Amino acid sequence: MKHIISPLDLSVQDIDDILNLSENIITSPEKYAKVCQGKKLATLFYEPSTRTRLSFEAAMMNLGGNVLGFSSADSSSAAKGESVADTIRVISSYADICAMRHPKEGAPLVAAQYSSIPVINAGDGGHNHPTQTLTDLLTIKNLKGRLDNLTIGLCGDLKFGRTVHSLIRAMIRYENVKFVMISPEELRIPDYLKREVLDRENIPYEEVNVLEPVMPKLDLLYMTRVQRERFFNEEDYIRLKDSFILDAKKMKHAREDMLVLHPLPRVNEISTEIDDDPRAVYFKQAEYGVYVRMALIMKLLELDGDC
Amino acid sequence: MLNISGLRDGVVIDHIQPGGAFEIYNYLKLDKLDCTVAIIKNAKSNKTGKKDMIKIEGPLCVDLDILGALSPNLTVNIIRNGEITEKRHLGLPERVTNILRCRNPRCITSIEQELTHTFKLADKNTGIYRCIYCEQRYSNRS
Repeated sequence: MKHIISPLDLSVQDIDDILNLSENIITSPEKYAKVCQGKKLATLFYEPSTRTRLSFEAAMMNLGGNVLGFSSADSSSAAKGESVADTIRVISSYADICAMRHPKEGAPLVAAQYSSIPVINAGDGGHNHPTQTLTDLLTIKNLKGRLDNLTIGLCGDLKFGRTVHSLIRAMIRYENVKFVMISPEELRIPDYLKREVLDRENIPYEEVNVLEPVMPKLDLLYMTRVQRERFFNEEDYIRLKDSFILDAKKMKHAREDMLVLHPLPRVNEISTEIDDDPRAVYFKQAEYGVYVRMALIMKLLELDGDC
Repeated sequence: MLNISGLRDGVVIDHIQPGGAFEIYNYLKLDKLDCTVAIIKNAKSNKTGKKDMIKIEGPLCVDLDILGALSPNLTVNIIRNGEITEKRHLGLPERVTNILRCRNPRCITSIEQELTHTFKLADKNTGIYRCIYCEQRYSNRS
């Protein structure tokens, strides 16, 4: 049985399979409307989430399956002090597959060690968020037509931003991918990612603290929110949150075919004035999140579209 | 110059990184032994400038290989009749459980006390260990 804890739990071939299945689902959703009939997805969300939880639930419903779960630690036995290991042992007998979000890093891995059903990490603190990465990959592949030969700008909170870390690890497996990291000094990408991932794999990257000059060279601009919940100190959050705001003026420096992605929710780092720009694809990206989760659920449950 | 007498029979754990001796002392539970144990801090080292050492009188029946994770590049000398009969350069174990402790307050091990603290070797060249849960690098500084 396979669990998805880190984006690297999936091989390039696995990812290709999931993205191809996602594209088939986009084309013919009716073909997949009953493949999970009689199956249940447990959504164990120990911290609030809108998109991720609802997209998992929508994905399972689109496949004809059912959903059960909780949406905050307060409404689960965690409030009584139950361990992740005990919770998943019990849930394993109630559901066929589980998606877990937890504020503590590594909690889904603990669950996977004790689970008898597939566990999908739906985000663990500032650590990994593999289904967001799959969503990002599907968006790039479907709208850009390729996953190789790309110059990717990563902007905002690159220190705590788990979506950025996961995306880097996933994208370096494709040919000729370069990164331009745009962030304040305090929120730069962690040294270990540079040393143990980018440098080790000889991936070209540059770090800058101004957005406009690098815009013309980007195929993609991946914006991230400076997340309040990742800071221990409120003053640091207030000082840095407005550092990098994408607006129509900055978009004038971008190529006609550059895409703007964002894992959402945004606060103010993308001005609403560019929402109607065809290059702003973050709402499309959120929609793709449902399709890619449908494909992942099918893969983990070893179902195909013909049953 | 501080003078500590030589051992006739025992174990010398040498080339411990400065400040690392107490962690090894605690891990090996040397406080429970009745024999003579000497901790030498910040001894001169030709290789690294400073080092810590531990001298233990008598045999020591524990798996010393695991100590490589606590202090990279250390050596263990086995002394018999006043002579070094065995000199072991300890490598870095691939995985260690309940030797190192994760100090990341965001890690699941920080709230679930029953979990083992397991680290894997992330980089052989630099001897970096990472928690298997949160991937935080091990640091012996709190």
